[in-house]
Amino acid sequence: MFHSLEEILAECGRTHLPFWKTVQLDDCREEALDEAASFARMTEIWDAMKASDRDYDPALHSASGLVGTDADKIRVRRENGGLLCGEFTSHVMERALKVAESNACMKRIVAAPTAGSCGVMPAVLLSMQEKLSLPDERMVEALYVAAGIGGVIAERASLSGAEGGCQAEIGSASGMAAGAAVYLLGGSGEAMAHACAMALSGLLGLVCDPVAGLVEIPCVKRNVIGAMNAVTSADMAMAGIRSKIPPDEVIDALRTVGHAMSADLRETGHGGLAMTPAGQAIRRKIGTGD
Amino acid sequence: MNIFEVVGPVMVGPSSSHTAGAVRIGNVCRKLVGEPVVDADILLHGSFLATGRGHGTDRALVAGLLGLDVADPRIPESFALAEKAGMTFHFGAVDLGEGAHPNSAKLVLTAADGKKLEVVGESVGGGRINIREIDGLEANFSGDLPTLIVHNLDQPGHVAEVTSMLQHKSVNIATMQLYRSGRGGHAVMVIECDQEVPEESVHWLEHLEGVEKVTYYSLL
Repeated sequence: MFHSLEEILAECGRTHLPFWKTVQLDDCREEALDEAASFARMTEIWDAMKASDRDYDPALHSASGLVGTDADKIRVRRENGGLLCGEFTSHVMERALKVAESNACMKRIVAAPTAGSCGVMPAVLLSMQEKLSLPDERMVEALYVAAGIGGVIAERASLSGAEGGCQAEIGSASGMAAGAAVYLLGGSGEAMAHACAMALSGLLGLVCDPVAGLVEIPCVKRNVIGAMNAVTSADMAMAGIRSKIPPDEVIDALRTVGHAMSADLRETGHGGLAMTPAGQAIRRKIGTGD
Repeated sequence: MNIFEVVGPVMVGPSSSHTAGAVRIGNVCRKLVGEPVVDADILLHGSFLATGRGHGTDRALVAGLLGLDVADPRIPESFALAEKAGMTFHFGAVDLGEGAHPNSAKLVLTAADGKKLEVVGESVGGGRINIREIDGLEANFSGDLPTLIVHNLDQPGHVAEVTSMLQHKSVNIATMQLYRSGRGGHAVMVIECDQEVPEESVHWLEHLEGVEKVTYYSLL
């Protein structure tokens, strides 16, 4: 696992290999895996991501009854021509809700990087594949880009809401998706790192405050902002906009902000939306939370 | 951590710690028992107790005991599957103390042959787990590798006996931990291995003087 994005970019510079290949080769070395087996494994992940979107059941509710059926409302409104968002971003929004709702309903998803943030990557990547008619192999390569970025965040900061708040989950997913999106748009490794930095910067400080301790409110809808933020960050990076704070330093800021966050705001269900009168009423009603 | 833990695993939701980790605790328990579980007393602690139902932790633990993996779409229906398989189960609450991980469960299991096993498992994040105790004795292993757990009297030579056996069988040690209740008391060796330990070698250890109990966790 690389300790910095800078290190990945330096390695790419030395070997003249693309970002995704550099990430793959490093993992193959550490895990004693050959490249073909690694690619086959990542292809399975991609197939599972596609299935998590395809298998959405618009009639399903979670066990608590709190989430479900919302993604389909976006589809209906798009088909009625009522959405402010354009075609592409409306699909991003719909898919983020679909996959995150499916997760809450105990369906199969890809934790990327976590189950709570599982809607972000498929929302961005599947919508890009659809729009740009990209082959599956290229999508799998994009997953390596995302994994490389996520690996650095895990090394320098955290991917867990209990440790770093939601910025570490939805924030990281957004940074990973932004980098992968830049790759799919043909951007440079440097642009991928900066897209990630801008995505993380936008969500820095986001707290983890699940109502009744469940991966439902506000987690499902936060997948939408994570996905949309990835799209705008990728577009900014492709337009030549750069983060004024170097990407690795942004990741370090995510770590220090996470440490500064009260434990009430790190997945305990004791702060934020969870502690609003309505949040507490929900908790009492469904009988969870300590 | 590898890149497939960053983008992955493929799992049934909603939570890597409360669902996938719970399935894995059940999986490891089933393997430790070595045969089908006929009865399970499942005691939940901390956050597993508080938010377990909403996260499907209960169904995930039962699914794990039945041998379903973390991506098995039948996890939500595990209670019905248990009934079909002839496994009874009951849920309860337990306070494992301040030192216990918030996502912990204690499982008291009865196997088909009447053998009992008590395991404390913790879901430590991202679907990774730690088996903290077996039959009330410290264990601490992840279930990612074949693991040999030897309870013995705290006297010279037992570590050498076990490690030279592993050397003879060309089994490489990945990690090794030693605990004891006190000087000359009871001791525990927890050895995670890169290869499987042959069954006859595990039985051989059981018959050594001073060895009180041998538990082997196989990935097979």
